[in-house]
Amino acid sequence: MFELLGVPPQALFGQLLLGLINGAFYAMLSLGLAVIFGMLNVINFTHGAQYMMGAFCAWMLLKFLGLNYWFALILAPIIIGAFGILLERLFLRRLYNLDHLYGLLLTFGLSLIIEGVFRNQFGSTGQPYDNPLPGGQNLGFMFLPYYRAWVVVASLLVCLATWFVIERTRLGAYLRAATENPTLVQAFGINVPRMIMLTYGFGVGLAGLAGVLAAPIYQVSPLMGSNLIIIVFAVVVIGGMGSILGSVITGFALGVVEGLTKVFYPEASSTVIFVIMAIVLLVRPAGLFGQTR
Amino acid sequence: MIRKIGIPLLLALALIAPWVGFYPVFLMKALCFALFACAFNLLIGYVGLLSFGHAMFFGGAAYATAHMVKVWGVPTEIGILGGAAVGAVMGLIVGSVAIRRQGIYFAMVTLALAQMVFFFALQAKFTGGEDGIQAVPRRPLFGLIDISSDINLYYVVLAIFLAAFLLIYRTIHSPFGQVLKAIRENEARAISLGYKVDQYKLMAFVLSAALSGLAGGTKSIVFQLASLTDVQWQMSGEVVLMTLVGGIGTIFGPVVGAFVIVTMQNYLAQIGEWVLVVQGIIFVVIVLAFRRGIVGEIAAYWARFARPARH
Repeated sequence: MFELLGVPPQALFGQLLLGLINGAFYAMLSLGLAVIFGMLNVINFTHGAQYMMGAFCAWMLLKFLGLNYWFALILAPIIIGAFGILLERLFLRRLYNLDHLYGLLLTFGLSLIIEGVFRNQFGSTGQPYDNPLPGGQNLGFMFLPYYRAWVVVASLLVCLATWFVIERTRLGAYLRAATENPTLVQAFGINVPRMIMLTYGFGVGLAGLAGVLAAPIYQVSPLMGSNLIIIVFAVVVIGGMGSILGSVITGFALGVVEGLTKVFYPEASSTVIFVIMAIVLLVRPAGLFGQTR
Repeated sequence: MIRKIGIPLLLALALIAPWVGFYPVFLMKALCFALFACAFNLLIGYVGLLSFGHAMFFGGAAYATAHMVKVWGVPTEIGILGGAAVGAVMGLIVGSVAIRRQGIYFAMVTLALAQMVFFFALQAKFTGGEDGIQAVPRRPLFGLIDISSDINLYYVVLAIFLAAFLLIYRTIHSPFGQVLKAIRENEARAISLGYKVDQYKLMAFVLSAALSGLAGGTKSIVFQLASLTDVQWQMSGEVVLMTLVGGIGTIFGPVVGAFVIVTMQNYLAQIGEWVLVVQGIIFVVIVLAFRRGIVGEIAAYWARFARPARH
């Protein structure tokens, strides 16, 4: 058995893969946050709760309706996105003319409500969700479970598709224009409030999709969102919310860094992202891909 | 008029409260959180910085005081002051990183750094992990005052609270406080007038962190316990909620908010997890309908009542 940097390669590549998977979730969630922030100027604290709801939605579809993972992959994001649109209509819409901080406080309150309800309903222990792609491939230097490979590929595809829609299509051009100057875009006859609503629904749907992808890997638990969202906030600060590709790259990169830390200095693995955030703030306060506004 | 009658009345009420049916432990808990909320309000209300990680100062100081008093055996008063000092040092480090961003980013940065402190507290040896530091002794204050009785300790906590409250009051009404308000209203203008805005922000941040530490240290003497609950993000959320309920940027608002929320938690303790839901609902209702908070709404109503419309 050969060793790499004093670590058996099985452990090294295993943690790298875990890091990539965590990175996939960081990327999808921070992408959703960035898209929402761009249009609504609201930091969506509810994002973690909506990710958790995505996972629970998949679990409930399986348990009560017998719909398997692949149906959930399509249905859950739509359901969670629709729920997001409801929240936007009922609450967020009233805050657009106020200080951004109220949006943060409101979505924080909403996430407390959602999490509290799920904790009362399902307790704090996780529910298992069966792996839809059992088995894997032995690559010689490591064992690659099919499902984990699928998660990384799927999230990359989703991120690239989002980037393509926003940066390369007419719809995306409207969206970017409305981010810059909503009044002017409205004057050209585009329904900006509806666009804002759909953008929020889309961002929330991304969180729901991430939740479905996460369900077979992590336990489906009411607490899965609140722990993740704080790390995603740090990822967003590190990357800056200026660019779509920036948040995707930052998300994956930080997942990998976290995985590597687990191999070489496990004690620091839960704090390494926050340390990186502090360093980035000292060196480049606007974030790696951000512009100061 | 309010000042001449109201303040002596409140003071008298605070002095006789334990004798007229209020539990001293409840009062002390409310006072600790009132102090914590006042310290937090100094930032959000007067500098316009929303910190979503103040639990790190509160909890960090709670651990520091508990450790100093229990393991090192230092006198109680040194332990509490030591807690405040730890809060100040943490405030200096965290503040110098966090003030590099504003608004929403500031909130995210403080939240993330607080989570880092939480993970540190979870893993470090001296914090006792999930158990926390229990059975912190209540040794006589200055070697004289016996604080093992709740009534005596109540008056000590009241004195600490009043001293800190006066300090905050003086800070807000000092030239320093005026500069802070100028930064809140228009940062670019404050810079162009020649104020070193970052230094002012950092000083306010350190002061707020030190007073939060004072609250946390006092709390760990009162409950004889420092635990992970004190550094969790839910604690940061709670102090935001208290300030919001009472009224952001009002002097008495955080005190009122702290008493309201602590009372609510006492009554709702038996419904368990639903407390979170209730807190969330309060957040949503206040943000949507009563952004000025209890004290702010009363003050606005009073202003309309006292000065009838002139137009």
